[in-house]
Amino acid sequence: MWQDLSRELGPRGLQIVTVALDTGGVDAVRPWIEAAKPDHPSLIDRAHVVGELFGITNVPSGVWIDETGTIVRPPETAYPRQPNYQDQEIPPDASAKVAAAIAEVKKLRTDAERYIFALRDWVASGARSRFALPPEEVLRRSRPRPVEDATAAAHFELGQHLHRSGRPRHAVPHFREAYRLQPDNWTYKRQAWDLLDPDQSPLEVYGGDWLTDVRKIGAENYYSALDM
Amino acid sequence: MILDTLEIDPKELARRTGWEIKPQGACKGERCVPLPATGEQRVDARLLADRLGMPLVRDEPSGLWCLGPEAGGRALTDAHAPDLVLPDIHDRAFHLRSLRGSKVLLVAWASW
Repeated sequence: MWQDLSRELGPRGLQIVTVALDTGGVDAVRPWIEAAKPDHPSLIDRAHVVGELFGITNVPSGVWIDETGTIVRPPETAYPRQPNYQDQEIPPDASAKVAAAIAEVKKLRTDAERYIFALRDWVASGARSRFALPPEEVLRRSRPRPVEDATAAAHFELGQHLHRSGRPRHAVPHFREAYRLQPDNWTYKRQAWDLLDPDQSPLEVYGGDWLTDVRKIGAENYYSALDM
Repeated sequence: MILDTLEIDPKELARRTGWEIKPQGACKGERCVPLPATGEQRVDARLLADRLGMPLVRDEPSGLWCLGPEAGGRALTDAHAPDLVLPDIHDRAFHLRSLRGSKVLLVAWASW
């Protein structure tokens, strides 16, 4: 997905690193990575550590880090090119559930062109780029972490650990608690739903599913708007 | 971080949370929180939870604990990127720090 930009901007000093937040580890992501054949580092984060450390609550999210290791833009929606969500057709034989999900997907809003314009500007101009933020602004824009979110992170980590160690039934109460405490964290709930059902269709065990939750917030708000 | 005992190895604490145990206390970036001197090598998770505002969650069936991230501030408390070490699909460890000197776009994605 990021291969073309990596080839374009790599020679100009940008290193792209992708990190898969996947409890399923290598088995879950291998088909995607082998199909993409990335020439940039493509890493696997089974415990969603990157999500916790940077405050990421949806994917894809990008973070800019300068040559000194200083973050100059905190997590924000990052697409390498405009996804063709609006052009998706609903197949005539689609089930009602699939048709409803596609109808919501068509409403998703992203602004990849603006994001990549800003990225190219930063690569060309470095600290002089108006898109490179000073440290205090990076911290101010990073996600607040009230006690509910911190506790959700602990439950989510326990849930993942229990699932991976062969105790999926014991993982569910922790995933549910993470969902209750931080309902807007899509990385938690989509990961937990996916472990039960890759279609993320209505899951009584969690009291939520992708379609229901997207409709609650409005699909146009699924990806946070860029502030650039 | 997942714990099977409430006594934490400081190296593991630093690797997983970024908090380092120093003579002046627990430190992350420029922030240091004093801890009582116990003379012990390992650190009590309950003490850290109390002093740093970290949730300590228990899973009764397994007897495991999880020490969550510090609450009350923001996800990023320091603009210095944490020193991530993660594997690729060949299980080779990659250090984010190895890219110092380059601009980096770190992209989180998922298969789900």
